[in-house]
Amino acid sequence: MSALEAARDHFVERSRAFAAAAGRGDPAWLQTLRAEAAASFAEQGFPSTRLEEWRYTNLTPLAKLRFELPGPEPTPITRDALEALSFPVFACSVFVFVDGRFRPELSSPRALSGNLRIESLSELRMNAPERLAGHLGRLADPKRHPFVALGTACLDDGACLFVPRATSVTQPIHVVQLASGAAPDRVCHSRLLLIAEPGSHVTLIQDFVSLSGARGFSNAVAEVEVGDGAAVDLVLLQRENLESFHVSNLEVRIGRDARFAAHTLTLGGGFVRNDLNAVLEDEGASVRLDGLTVAGGSQLIDNHTVVDHALPHGESRQRYKGVLGGRARGVFRGRVLVRPDAQKTDAQQSSANILLSEGAEIDAKPQLEIWADDVKCSHGATIGRLDDDALFYLRSRGIGEAAARDLLVQGFAAEVLASLPSTALAEGLAELLRKQMRGAGAGEAA
Amino acid sequence: MLELSNLHASAGGAKILKGIDLVVHAGEVHAVMGPNGSGKSTLANVLAGRPSVEITQGRVLFEGKDLTAMSPEDRARAGIFLAFQYPVEIPGVANSYFLKASLNAIRKARGEAELDAMDFLALVREKVKRVEMDEKLLQRAVNEGFSGGEKKRNEILQMAILEPRLAILDETDSGLDIDALRVVANGVNALRSPERALLVITHYQRLLDYIVPDFVHVLSEGRIVRSGGKELALELEQKGYGWLAAAAPR
Repeated sequence: MSALEAARDHFVERSRAFAAAAGRGDPAWLQTLRAEAAASFAEQGFPSTRLEEWRYTNLTPLAKLRFELPGPEPTPITRDALEALSFPVFACSVFVFVDGRFRPELSSPRALSGNLRIESLSELRMNAPERLAGHLGRLADPKRHPFVALGTACLDDGACLFVPRATSVTQPIHVVQLASGAAPDRVCHSRLLLIAEPGSHVTLIQDFVSLSGARGFSNAVAEVEVGDGAAVDLVLLQRENLESFHVSNLEVRIGRDARFAAHTLTLGGGFVRNDLNAVLEDEGASVRLDGLTVAGGSQLIDNHTVVDHALPHGESRQRYKGVLGGRARGVFRGRVLVRPDAQKTDAQQSSANILLSEGAEIDAKPQLEIWADDVKCSHGATIGRLDDDALFYLRSRGIGEAAARDLLVQGFAAEVLASLPSTALAEGLAELLRKQMRGAGAGEAA
Repeated sequence: MLELSNLHASAGGAKILKGIDLVVHAGEVHAVMGPNGSGKSTLANVLAGRPSVEITQGRVLFEGKDLTAMSPEDRARAGIFLAFQYPVEIPGVANSYFLKASLNAIRKARGEAELDAMDFLALVREKVKRVEMDEKLLQRAVNEGFSGGEKKRNEILQMAILEPRLAILDETDSGLDIDALRVVANGVNALRSPERALLVITHYQRLLDYIVPDFVHVLSEGRIVRSGGKELALELEQKGYGWLAAAAPR
């Protein structure tokens, strides 16, 4: 039996035990959702590199480990420990999950405007499961992705946000997914459900962070519905420790004249795989996908996107930037699909990368698949090094070589940060990036 | 202050400087003139420490220290400043952030306290006025989308803020109209003092109407073929550089 098959059996067994123990109080539809997902995962297993979608990303290192679900007791965490992880964005409303479990006592007491709040999935499925019905599991199809199947099979807790019609949430909402590392080799199947009803506006930051250096595995599934005329900005901040694994699946549906932007900022994690599927399912929808990867050491950061233009007058903009040092590997694979009905589509995608060392590597593959004839589409990928002239210019002004390199990397990253919905957020994240570069030496050539 | 002896340097595999001897004392202004390809810019770059220029022979001393063993940042911290012929655009890095990082790196090396945001802003505002630069350019990315004149003013602004001991101007006059030339020259002249020295590299004499040199050197094919006072610049203006081939030694 291969390592991938053995790992599949391990996870199938654990998900069955979980469903038997935890899911009994849930409504029938939810139990069925879990059971079908478990069956689907058992059927799919962990994909091998023979599959095109996984060609550059070998799951064997993950499969060799035996991750366990966290125990039932909540991990003790102090507010001080949380503060140490903070960046200025923490000034807004914060909702904290530790090892996948919602922790109201660590979360901000402040209600969002209009008495909105993040609700926990575990609470909702107990108290008001009817609000989840028809949303949970609607977009994230277990059959499409083995990790969606696994996450759904183990569906337990997560963050839910329902933004009512025509409501604007002015402050960003910060959802922290904290891996405590209290015990090593824990897997956490986190979930995000964000329903933005027609005409609503919201910015949500999902922040994945580890509290210790202990190895962990975060399997995140997110479903985002952007109603007609709504606008959603989603920041996905990945800053786990370098021992950790992170697999993320984000499924988005964007309605008529609605706008969605994802900002994927990957500053940590030893093994990161992000799948982002956005469907522009009605006319005039627009989507912007920005990504920034800053990696060094032996990190592997893999971004896969699919932008699906289903109807006319859609606009999509993708811009993924990577800075890789050490022996880090990056993958960008972006697919833009323009269906026959999607006339007047305007789609652009670009992947720009800087390699800081001989050992670093990037595989960038933007793809266009166009079935309509009256469209404007472009794509491109660049790979380069830090500009020697710029480096000399900075050094000739007294700035040391390492600091000059960092400054150029920050400059390269700035364009991605500039598209964040607020300057306060952009500045907070720029500061976080600087801190991260000073600390972990990510981005260093060494 | 600066002493070059028998300096040979190559760039891109080609021998460019072929034995330069030059002594610059504090308080002096030296002009280096010469036709295109004579090695003027290589001379400027070799002093600032551009990695792509390789010294193959000879010696460069700056205030008694061997300059060739120093990194570009250490030279800047020791008080050398090169105003670039082609200032580099640095996307994503705000001009003010760059200026502050630069000034504080140099102050730190000098054992001075770093300036905080308020003190820096006060300093930079005063200097911006002096070089008649639009304050908005401080918030823009370094040199990105700047006009030729704005880029050169930005160089002079940096020089005014960093207050170097030895400033090297590499064809700072190229591409400037007469107004910009006057502003740039004023900025340079404001820096003249008995403790400082200037090395002005130029193709044309007109900059020297504004920045009057003590000495003029003519560079041709990697060697200084003539040295003299400021009147030499006028002579070059009249005769052009055509006579140099005949005048070249050896």
